[in-house]
Amino acid sequence: MNALIRKKAFNKQEKDKLLIQYHIEAPSFVMSNHQDIIHSSSVNQTTFKGGYNPSLGPVQLPSSYQSQIASSSKNQKNIYDHSLSRRAPEVNLSSLAFLFSSIVDYSQKSSKGIQELEARLNAYGYSIGTKVLEIITLREGKNAKREIKVVGILQFIHTQVWKSLFGKIADELEKSSDSDDEYMITDNLPLISQFISVPKEFGQLNVAAFTAGIIEGILDSAYFQANVSAHTVEKPGLPLRTVFFIKFDHGVIERETIRFGK
Amino acid sequence: MSKSLRIASDDIWKNKVEKVNAEVFTLTYGSIVAQLVRDFKNDYNQVNAQLEKMGYNIGIRLIEEFLAKTNQGRCSSFKETAEVISKVGFKIFLNITPQVTNWSTDSKQFSLIFDENPLEEFVELPDDEKAKQQLWYSNVLVGVLKGALEMVQLDVDAEFVSDVLRGDDRTELKLKLNRVLKDEIPTGED
Repeated sequence: MNALIRKKAFNKQEKDKLLIQYHIEAPSFVMSNHQDIIHSSSVNQTTFKGGYNPSLGPVQLPSSYQSQIASSSKNQKNIYDHSLSRRAPEVNLSSLAFLFSSIVDYSQKSSKGIQELEARLNAYGYSIGTKVLEIITLREGKNAKREIKVVGILQFIHTQVWKSLFGKIADELEKSSDSDDEYMITDNLPLISQFISVPKEFGQLNVAAFTAGIIEGILDSAYFQANVSAHTVEKPGLPLRTVFFIKFDHGVIERETIRFGK
Repeated sequence: MSKSLRIASDDIWKNKVEKVNAEVFTLTYGSIVAQLVRDFKNDYNQVNAQLEKMGYNIGIRLIEEFLAKTNQGRCSSFKETAEVISKVGFKIFLNITPQVTNWSTDSKQFSLIFDENPLEEFVELPDDEKAKQQLWYSNVLVGVLKGALEMVQLDVDAEFVSDVLRGDDRTELKLKLNRVLKDEIPTGED
Protein backbone atom coordinates (compact mmCIF):
# COMPACT_ATOMS: atom_id res chain seq x y z
CA MET A 1 0.00 0.00 0.00
CA ASN A 2 2.94 2.25 0.76
CA ALA A 3 3.85 2.83 -2.84
CA LEU A 4 0.32 3.87 -3.63
CA ILE A 5 0.17 6.35 -0.82
CA ARG A 6 3.55 7.73 -1.81
CA LYS A 7 2.36 8.16 -5.37
CA LYS A 8 -0.70 10.14 -4.33
CA ALA A 9 1.32 12.20 -1.88
CA PHE A 10 3.77 12.97 -4.62
CA ASN A 11 1.02 14.23 -6.89
CA LYS A 12 -0.24 16.44 -4.16
CA GLN A 13 3.25 17.76 -3.48
CA GLU A 14 3.61 18.64 -7.14
CA LYS A 15 0.37 20.58 -7.04
CA ASP A 16 1.42 22.45 -3.90
CA LYS A 17 4.72 23.30 -5.52
CA LEU A 18 2.93 24.75 -8.51
CA LEU A 19 0.71 26.85 -6.28
CA ILE A 20 3.68 28.13 -4.35
CA GLN A 21 5.52 29.02 -7.50
CA TYR A 22 2.56 30.97 -8.73
CA HIS A 23 2.31 32.94 -5.51
CA ILE A 24 5.97 33.79 -5.56
CA GLU A 25 5.95 34.92 -9.14
CA ALA A 26 2.77 36.95 -9.06
CA PRO A 27 3.79 39.65 -6.57
CA SER A 28 7.19 40.18 -8.13
CA PHE A 29 5.47 40.96 -11.38
CA VAL A 30 3.05 43.42 -9.82
CA MET A 31 5.90 45.27 -8.20
CA SER A 32 7.92 45.34 -11.35
CA ASN A 33 5.27 47.47 -12.95
CA HIS A 34 6.05 50.27 -10.56
CA GLN A 35 9.64 49.88 -9.55
CA ASP A 36 12.23 48.59 -11.91
CA ILE A 37 14.80 48.14 -9.17
CA ILE A 38 12.77 45.53 -7.35
CA HIS A 39 12.06 43.75 -10.56
CA SER A 40 15.70 43.36 -11.49
CA SER A 41 16.70 42.06 -8.07
CA SER A 42 13.84 39.57 -7.96
CA VAL A 43 14.86 38.23 -11.33
CA ASN A 44 18.24 37.33 -9.93
CA GLN A 45 16.68 35.40 -7.10
CA THR A 46 14.15 33.30 -8.94
CA THR A 47 15.45 30.51 -11.11
CA PHE A 48 14.61 30.98 -14.73
CA LYS A 49 11.73 29.03 -16.18
CA GLY A 50 11.05 29.12 -19.87
CA GLY A 51 7.62 28.68 -21.35
CA TYR A 52 4.45 30.71 -21.20
CA ASN A 53 3.74 32.93 -18.25
CA PRO A 54 0.09 34.07 -18.30
CA SER A 55 0.96 37.54 -17.00
CA LEU A 56 4.09 38.11 -19.07
CA GLY A 57 3.45 36.19 -22.26
CA PRO A 58 6.03 33.85 -23.74
CA VAL A 59 9.24 33.71 -21.75
CA GLN A 60 12.47 33.19 -23.64
CA LEU A 61 15.06 30.86 -22.25
CA PRO A 62 18.44 32.49 -21.64
CA SER A 63 20.77 32.10 -24.60
CA SER A 64 23.02 29.73 -22.64
CA TYR A 65 20.11 27.29 -22.39
CA GLN A 66 19.34 27.55 -26.07
CA SER A 67 22.90 26.87 -27.13
CA GLN A 68 22.83 23.79 -24.92
CA ILE A 69 19.74 22.49 -26.68
CA ALA A 70 21.21 23.31 -30.08
CA SER A 71 24.52 21.58 -29.35
CA SER A 72 22.86 18.44 -28.08
CA SER A 73 20.72 18.15 -31.18
CA LYS A 74 23.71 18.61 -33.47
CA ASN A 75 25.66 15.50 -32.60
CA GLN A 76 22.75 13.21 -31.95
CA LYS A 77 19.16 12.88 -32.87
CA ASN A 78 17.03 14.50 -30.26
CA ILE A 79 14.01 12.50 -29.16
CA TYR A 80 11.83 15.41 -30.20
CA ASP A 81 12.93 14.82 -33.80
CA HIS A 82 11.31 11.41 -33.98
CA SER A 83 7.96 11.26 -35.62
CA LEU A 84 5.16 10.21 -33.33
CA SER A 85 2.81 9.07 -36.02
CA ARG A 86 5.08 6.33 -37.33
CA ARG A 87 3.26 3.04 -37.24
CA ALA A 88 4.09 1.41 -33.96
CA PRO A 89 6.67 -1.36 -34.33
CA GLU A 90 6.16 -4.72 -32.74
CA VAL A 91 8.19 -7.05 -30.58
CA ASN A 92 7.76 -10.66 -29.59
CA LEU A 93 5.11 -11.15 -26.95
CA SER A 94 7.52 -13.46 -25.12
CA SER A 95 9.97 -10.60 -24.68
CA LEU A 96 7.29 -8.64 -22.86
CA ALA A 97 6.31 -11.74 -20.89
CA PHE A 98 9.91 -12.33 -19.80
CA LEU A 99 10.35 -8.71 -18.85
CA PHE A 100 7.08 -8.60 -16.96
CA SER A 101 7.82 -11.80 -15.06
CA SER A 102 11.17 -10.41 -13.96
CA ILE A 103 9.40 -7.27 -12.79
CA VAL A 104 6.93 -9.34 -10.79
CA ASP A 105 9.82 -11.35 -9.39
CA TYR A 106 11.76 -8.25 -8.37
CA SER A 107 8.69 -6.58 -6.85
CA GLN A 108 7.77 -9.70 -4.97
CA LYS A 109 11.20 -9.90 -3.35
CA SER A 110 11.01 -6.32 -2.22
CA SER A 111 7.48 -6.33 -0.85
CA LYS A 112 6.17 -7.84 2.34
CA GLY A 113 2.77 -9.06 1.30
CA ILE A 114 0.33 -9.49 -1.54
CA GLN A 115 -1.16 -6.06 -0.96
CA GLU A 116 2.19 -4.35 -1.16
CA LEU A 117 3.12 -6.33 -4.25
CA GLU A 118 -0.10 -5.31 -5.96
CA ALA A 119 0.45 -1.71 -4.96
CA ARG A 120 3.93 -1.83 -6.47
CA LEU A 121 2.66 -3.32 -9.73
CA ASN A 122 -0.05 -0.70 -9.75
CA ALA A 123 2.56 2.02 -9.38
CA TYR A 124 4.52 0.67 -12.37
CA GLY A 125 1.39 0.80 -14.48
CA TYR A 126 0.45 4.24 -13.22
CA SER A 127 3.55 5.86 -14.69
CA ILE A 128 2.78 4.15 -17.99
CA GLY A 129 -0.86 5.27 -18.00
CA THR A 130 -0.01 8.94 -17.82
CA LYS A 131 2.17 8.61 -20.92
CA VAL A 132 -0.24 6.40 -22.83
CA LEU A 133 -3.03 8.97 -22.62
CA GLU A 134 -0.72 11.63 -23.99
CA ILE A 135 0.60 9.61 -26.88
CA ILE A 136 -2.79 8.29 -28.00
CA THR A 137 -4.31 11.77 -27.93
CA LEU A 138 -1.36 13.26 -29.81
CA ARG A 139 -1.61 10.58 -32.47
CA GLU A 140 -5.26 11.36 -33.08
CA GLY A 141 -4.19 14.86 -34.02
CA LYS A 142 -7.09 17.00 -35.12
CA ASN A 143 -9.62 14.32 -34.32
CA ALA A 144 -8.53 14.16 -30.70
CA LYS A 145 -11.25 14.96 -28.29
CA ARG A 146 -11.05 15.74 -24.64
CA GLU A 147 -13.47 13.50 -22.84
CA ILE A 148 -15.46 15.30 -20.18
CA LYS A 149 -17.98 12.62 -19.30
CA VAL A 150 -17.25 9.61 -17.13
CA VAL A 151 -18.79 7.26 -19.64
CA GLY A 152 -16.86 8.89 -22.45
CA ILE A 153 -13.45 8.41 -20.88
CA LEU A 154 -14.32 4.84 -19.90
CA GLN A 155 -15.30 4.01 -23.46
CA PHE A 156 -12.07 5.58 -24.64
CA ILE A 157 -10.13 3.25 -22.32
CA HIS A 158 -12.26 0.24 -23.17
CA THR A 159 -11.74 0.59 -26.93
CA GLN A 160 -8.90 2.88 -28.04
CA VAL A 161 -6.48 2.33 -25.18
CA TRP A 162 -7.03 -1.41 -25.05
CA LYS A 163 -6.68 -1.67 -28.79
CA SER A 164 -3.42 0.18 -28.99
CA LEU A 165 -1.88 -1.52 -25.96
CA PHE A 166 -3.17 -5.05 -26.26
CA GLY A 167 -4.35 -5.28 -29.86
CA LYS A 168 -8.00 -5.96 -29.00
CA ILE A 169 -10.80 -4.17 -27.27
CA ALA A 170 -11.74 -5.05 -23.72
CA ASP A 171 -14.64 -7.42 -23.30
CA GLU A 172 -17.14 -5.63 -21.13
CA LEU A 173 -17.80 -2.23 -19.67
CA GLU A 174 -20.39 -2.09 -16.94
CA LYS A 175 -21.74 0.28 -14.36
CA SER A 176 -22.28 -0.95 -10.86
CA SER A 177 -25.95 -1.19 -9.99
CA ASP A 178 -25.33 -0.44 -6.32
CA SER A 179 -23.38 2.72 -6.54
CA ASP A 180 -23.02 5.74 -8.80
CA ASP A 181 -19.28 5.98 -8.65
CA GLU A 182 -18.33 2.40 -9.48
CA TYR A 183 -17.64 0.98 -12.92
CA MET A 184 -16.10 -2.21 -14.20
CA ILE A 185 -14.06 -3.10 -17.25
CA THR A 186 -13.65 -6.79 -17.94
CA ASP A 187 -10.93 -8.57 -19.88
CA ASN A 188 -11.47 -12.28 -20.46
CA LEU A 189 -7.82 -12.99 -21.18
CA PRO A 190 -5.49 -10.24 -19.99
CA LEU A 191 -2.37 -10.19 -22.11
CA ILE A 192 0.13 -9.86 -19.30
CA SER A 193 -1.39 -12.41 -16.92
CA GLN A 194 -1.19 -15.21 -19.45
CA PHE A 195 2.37 -16.12 -18.62
CA ILE A 196 2.35 -15.66 -14.88
CA SER A 197 1.21 -18.58 -12.81
CA VAL A 198 0.19 -17.60 -9.34
CA PRO A 199 1.16 -20.07 -6.62
CA LYS A 200 -1.57 -21.17 -4.23
CA GLU A 201 -0.09 -19.42 -1.23
CA PHE A 202 -0.49 -16.12 -3.04
CA GLY A 203 -4.24 -16.54 -2.98
CA GLN A 204 -5.99 -13.58 -4.50
CA LEU A 205 -2.97 -12.00 -6.17
CA ASN A 206 -3.77 -10.72 -9.62
CA VAL A 207 -0.80 -9.40 -11.56
CA ALA A 208 -3.18 -7.40 -13.73
CA ALA A 209 -2.84 -4.86 -10.93
CA PHE A 210 -0.28 -3.55 -13.38
CA THR A 211 -2.98 -2.93 -15.98
CA ALA A 212 -5.19 -1.46 -13.27
CA GLY A 213 -2.37 0.99 -12.64
CA ILE A 214 -2.34 1.94 -16.31
CA ILE A 215 -6.08 2.67 -16.18
CA GLU A 216 -5.64 4.66 -13.00
CA GLY A 217 -2.83 6.69 -14.57
CA ILE A 218 -4.96 7.52 -17.57
CA LEU A 219 -7.98 8.48 -15.48
CA ASP A 220 -5.96 10.61 -13.09
CA SER A 221 -4.22 12.53 -15.83
CA ALA A 222 -7.54 13.06 -17.62
CA TYR A 223 -8.85 14.62 -14.38
CA PHE A 224 -11.13 11.74 -13.51
CA GLN A 225 -9.50 10.84 -10.21
CA ALA A 226 -10.20 7.23 -9.36
CA ASN A 227 -8.90 4.12 -7.67
CA VAL A 228 -8.63 1.06 -9.86
CA SER A 229 -8.06 -2.50 -8.69
CA ALA A 230 -7.94 -5.83 -10.49
CA HIS A 231 -9.89 -8.87 -9.37
CA THR A 232 -9.96 -12.36 -10.77
CA VAL A 233 -13.53 -13.39 -11.49
CA GLU A 234 -13.41 -16.79 -13.12
CA LYS A 235 -15.94 -18.06 -15.57
CA PRO A 236 -16.08 -21.53 -17.04
CA GLY A 237 -13.32 -21.75 -19.62
CA LEU A 238 -11.93 -18.36 -18.68
CA PRO A 239 -9.72 -18.88 -15.61
CA LEU A 240 -7.89 -15.59 -16.03
CA ARG A 241 -10.94 -13.38 -16.55
CA THR A 242 -10.21 -10.16 -14.75
CA VAL A 243 -12.51 -7.39 -13.67
CA PHE A 244 -10.99 -3.95 -13.29
CA PHE A 245 -12.95 -2.27 -10.59
CA ILE A 246 -12.99 1.50 -10.97
CA LYS A 247 -14.12 3.69 -8.10
CA PHE A 248 -14.20 7.39 -8.90
CA ASP A 249 -13.50 10.05 -6.32
CA HIS A 250 -16.55 11.72 -4.86
CA GLY A 251 -15.69 15.01 -6.56
CA VAL A 252 -15.75 13.51 -10.04
CA ILE A 253 -19.31 12.29 -9.64
CA GLU A 254 -20.39 15.54 -8.07
CA ARG A 255 -18.91 17.46 -10.99
CA GLU A 256 -20.68 15.19 -13.41
CA THR A 257 -24.01 15.81 -11.68
CA ILE A 258 -23.54 19.58 -11.71
CA ARG A 259 -22.49 19.61 -15.36
CA PHE A 260 -24.95 17.25 -16.89
CA GLY A 261 -27.69 17.01 -14.29
CA LYS A 262 -29.79 14.00 -13.81
CA MET B 1 24.97 -18.72 -44.93
CA SER B 2 23.95 -15.40 -43.49
CA LYS B 3 21.36 -14.87 -46.20
CA SER B 4 19.58 -18.13 -45.54
CA LEU B 5 19.67 -17.32 -41.83
CA ARG B 6 17.92 -14.07 -42.53
CA ILE B 7 15.21 -15.68 -44.63
CA ALA B 8 14.61 -18.38 -42.06
CA SER B 9 14.37 -15.93 -39.18
CA ASP B 10 12.07 -13.64 -41.16
CA ASP B 11 9.81 -16.60 -41.59
CA ILE B 12 9.87 -17.41 -37.89
CA TRP B 13 9.12 -13.78 -37.05
CA LYS B 14 6.22 -13.66 -39.45
CA ASN B 15 4.59 -16.97 -38.76
CA LYS B 16 5.66 -18.39 -35.45
CA VAL B 17 5.81 -15.42 -33.17
CA GLU B 18 2.97 -13.81 -31.28
CA LYS B 19 3.54 -10.09 -31.37
CA VAL B 20 2.74 -7.16 -29.17
CA ASN B 21 2.92 -3.39 -29.53
CA ALA B 22 6.55 -2.39 -28.95
CA GLU B 23 5.50 0.72 -27.06
CA VAL B 24 4.01 -1.32 -24.26
CA PHE B 25 7.35 -3.08 -24.03
CA THR B 26 9.31 0.18 -24.10
CA LEU B 27 7.12 1.81 -21.47
CA THR B 28 7.19 -1.25 -19.24
CA TYR B 29 10.96 -1.39 -19.38
CA GLY B 30 11.12 2.33 -18.71
CA SER B 31 9.00 2.03 -15.60
CA ILE B 32 11.19 -0.72 -14.15
CA VAL B 33 14.40 1.23 -14.80
CA ALA B 34 12.86 4.32 -13.22
CA GLN B 35 11.78 2.27 -10.21
CA LEU B 36 15.24 0.75 -9.81
CA VAL B 37 16.79 4.19 -9.91
CA ARG B 38 14.43 5.22 -7.11
CA ASP B 39 14.97 2.00 -5.15
CA PHE B 40 18.75 2.32 -5.28
CA LYS B 41 18.63 6.07 -4.63
CA ASN B 42 20.34 7.05 -7.89
CA ASP B 43 23.24 4.65 -7.41
CA TYR B 44 23.46 3.86 -11.11
CA ASN B 45 26.13 1.20 -10.74
CA GLN B 46 23.76 -0.80 -8.60
CA VAL B 47 20.98 -0.21 -11.12
CA ASN B 48 23.24 -1.60 -13.87
CA ALA B 49 24.01 -4.64 -11.77
CA GLN B 50 20.36 -5.29 -10.98
CA LEU B 51 19.35 -4.92 -14.64
CA GLU B 52 22.03 -7.39 -15.60
CA LYS B 53 20.82 -9.82 -12.97
CA MET B 54 17.26 -9.57 -14.24
CA GLY B 55 18.55 -10.06 -17.76
CA TYR B 56 20.51 -13.14 -16.75
CA ASN B 57 17.39 -14.73 -15.29
CA ILE B 58 15.55 -13.93 -18.50
CA GLY B 59 18.38 -15.26 -20.66
CA ILE B 60 18.57 -18.69 -19.08
CA ARG B 61 14.87 -19.20 -19.82
CA LEU B 62 14.75 -17.39 -23.12
CA ILE B 63 17.24 -19.77 -24.73
CA GLU B 64 14.71 -22.55 -24.39
CA GLU B 65 12.15 -20.73 -26.48
CA PHE B 66 14.87 -19.77 -28.93
CA LEU B 67 15.87 -23.39 -29.47
CA ALA B 68 12.29 -24.57 -29.69
CA LYS B 69 11.33 -22.01 -32.30
CA THR B 70 14.45 -22.11 -34.47
CA ASN B 71 15.68 -25.72 -34.50
CA GLN B 72 19.11 -24.17 -34.44
CA GLY B 73 21.89 -26.69 -34.12
CA ARG B 74 25.25 -26.23 -32.48
CA CYS B 75 27.32 -23.42 -33.97
CA SER B 76 30.64 -24.49 -35.44
CA SER B 77 32.47 -21.30 -34.57
CA PHE B 78 32.08 -18.17 -32.50
CA LYS B 79 31.68 -16.27 -35.77
CA GLU B 80 28.62 -18.30 -36.56
CA THR B 81 27.34 -17.73 -33.03
CA ALA B 82 27.62 -13.99 -33.57
CA GLU B 83 25.62 -14.17 -36.79
CA VAL B 84 22.94 -16.26 -35.14
CA ILE B 85 22.69 -13.91 -32.15
CA SER B 86 22.15 -10.93 -34.39
CA LYS B 87 20.12 -12.30 -37.27
CA VAL B 88 18.05 -14.87 -35.43
CA GLY B 89 18.07 -14.11 -31.70
CA PHE B 90 17.54 -10.37 -31.81
CA LYS B 91 15.30 -10.73 -34.83
CA ILE B 92 12.76 -13.07 -33.33
CA PHE B 93 12.64 -11.46 -29.91
CA LEU B 94 12.95 -7.76 -30.64
CA ASN B 95 12.57 -7.60 -34.44
CA ILE B 96 15.94 -5.92 -34.88
CA THR B 97 19.24 -7.13 -36.37
CA PRO B 98 22.19 -5.37 -34.80
CA GLN B 99 25.37 -5.27 -36.89
CA VAL B 100 28.22 -7.59 -36.02
CA THR B 101 31.60 -5.83 -36.32
CA ASN B 102 34.91 -5.08 -34.65
CA TRP B 103 36.19 -8.64 -34.61
CA SER B 104 39.38 -9.08 -32.66
CA THR B 105 42.18 -10.89 -34.47
CA ASP B 106 41.75 -14.08 -32.47
CA SER B 107 38.02 -14.15 -33.37
CA LYS B 108 37.05 -14.23 -29.73
CA GLN B 109 35.58 -10.80 -29.38
CA PHE B 110 33.12 -8.74 -31.39
CA SER B 111 30.71 -5.87 -31.04
CA LEU B 112 27.02 -5.52 -31.71
CA ILE B 113 25.99 -2.13 -33.03
CA PHE B 114 22.38 -1.17 -32.42
CA ASP B 115 20.92 1.17 -35.02
CA GLU B 116 17.56 0.80 -33.38
CA ASN B 117 16.69 -0.43 -29.95
CA PRO B 118 13.10 -0.90 -28.82
CA LEU B 119 14.19 -0.48 -25.20
CA GLU B 120 15.37 3.07 -25.83
CA GLU B 121 12.57 4.51 -27.99
CA PHE B 122 11.65 7.99 -26.73
CA VAL B 123 14.01 7.72 -23.80
CA GLU B 124 15.98 10.56 -22.34
CA LEU B 125 18.37 10.23 -19.45
CA PRO B 126 18.03 12.70 -16.59
CA ASP B 127 19.93 15.93 -16.96
CA ASP B 128 22.40 15.21 -14.20
CA GLU B 129 25.77 14.22 -15.57
CA LYS B 130 26.00 11.28 -13.21
CA ALA B 131 23.31 9.34 -15.06
CA LYS B 132 24.99 9.98 -18.40
CA GLN B 133 28.32 8.75 -17.09
CA GLN B 134 27.20 5.73 -15.13
CA LEU B 135 23.88 4.32 -16.25
CA TRP B 136 23.75 1.73 -19.02
CA TYR B 137 20.07 2.01 -19.75
CA SER B 138 19.76 -1.20 -21.78
CA ASN B 139 21.95 -3.24 -19.46
CA VAL B 140 19.30 -5.94 -19.28
CA LEU B 141 20.54 -7.09 -22.71
CA VAL B 142 23.99 -7.79 -21.29
CA GLY B 143 22.45 -10.16 -18.79
CA VAL B 144 20.21 -11.79 -21.38
CA LEU B 145 23.18 -12.55 -23.65
CA LYS B 146 25.31 -13.88 -20.80
CA GLY B 147 22.52 -16.06 -19.46
CA ALA B 148 21.40 -17.44 -22.80
CA LEU B 149 24.94 -18.19 -24.02
CA GLU B 150 25.88 -19.85 -20.76
CA MET B 151 23.05 -22.31 -21.33
CA VAL B 152 24.67 -23.33 -24.61
CA GLN B 153 28.07 -23.81 -22.95
CA LEU B 154 29.55 -20.45 -23.91
CA ASP B 155 31.04 -18.44 -21.10
CA VAL B 156 31.14 -14.83 -22.30
CA ASP B 157 31.80 -11.38 -20.96
CA ALA B 158 29.43 -8.73 -22.21
CA GLU B 159 29.30 -5.01 -21.64
CA PHE B 160 28.07 -1.84 -23.24
CA VAL B 161 30.87 0.45 -24.37
CA SER B 162 28.77 3.28 -25.77
CA ASP B 163 25.14 4.34 -25.92
CA VAL B 164 23.39 7.03 -27.94
CA LEU B 165 21.45 7.99 -24.82
CA ARG B 166 24.73 9.15 -23.30
CA GLY B 167 25.42 11.31 -26.33
CA ASP B 168 27.66 8.75 -28.09
CA ASP B 169 27.43 8.31 -31.83
CA ARG B 170 26.23 4.77 -31.63
CA THR B 171 25.17 2.07 -29.23
CA GLU B 172 27.76 -0.66 -28.97
CA LEU B 173 27.75 -3.84 -26.93
CA LYS B 174 30.98 -5.82 -26.70
CA LEU B 175 30.97 -9.59 -26.35
CA LYS B 176 34.05 -11.61 -25.45
CA LEU B 177 34.27 -15.38 -25.40
CA ASN B 178 36.11 -16.62 -22.32
CA ARG B 179 35.86 -20.34 -22.83
CA VAL B 180 33.62 -23.07 -24.06
CA LEU B 181 32.20 -24.87 -21.05
CA LYS B 182 32.34 -28.62 -20.99
CA ASP B 183 29.18 -30.64 -21.01
CA GLU B 184 29.04 -31.70 -17.42
CA ILE B 185 26.69 -34.03 -15.70
CA PRO B 186 24.79 -31.99 -13.13
CA THR B 187 25.85 -32.82 -9.60
CA GLY B 188 23.56 -35.13 -7.75
CA GLU B 189 22.67 -37.21 -10.79
CA ASP B 190 24.13 -40.53 -11.77
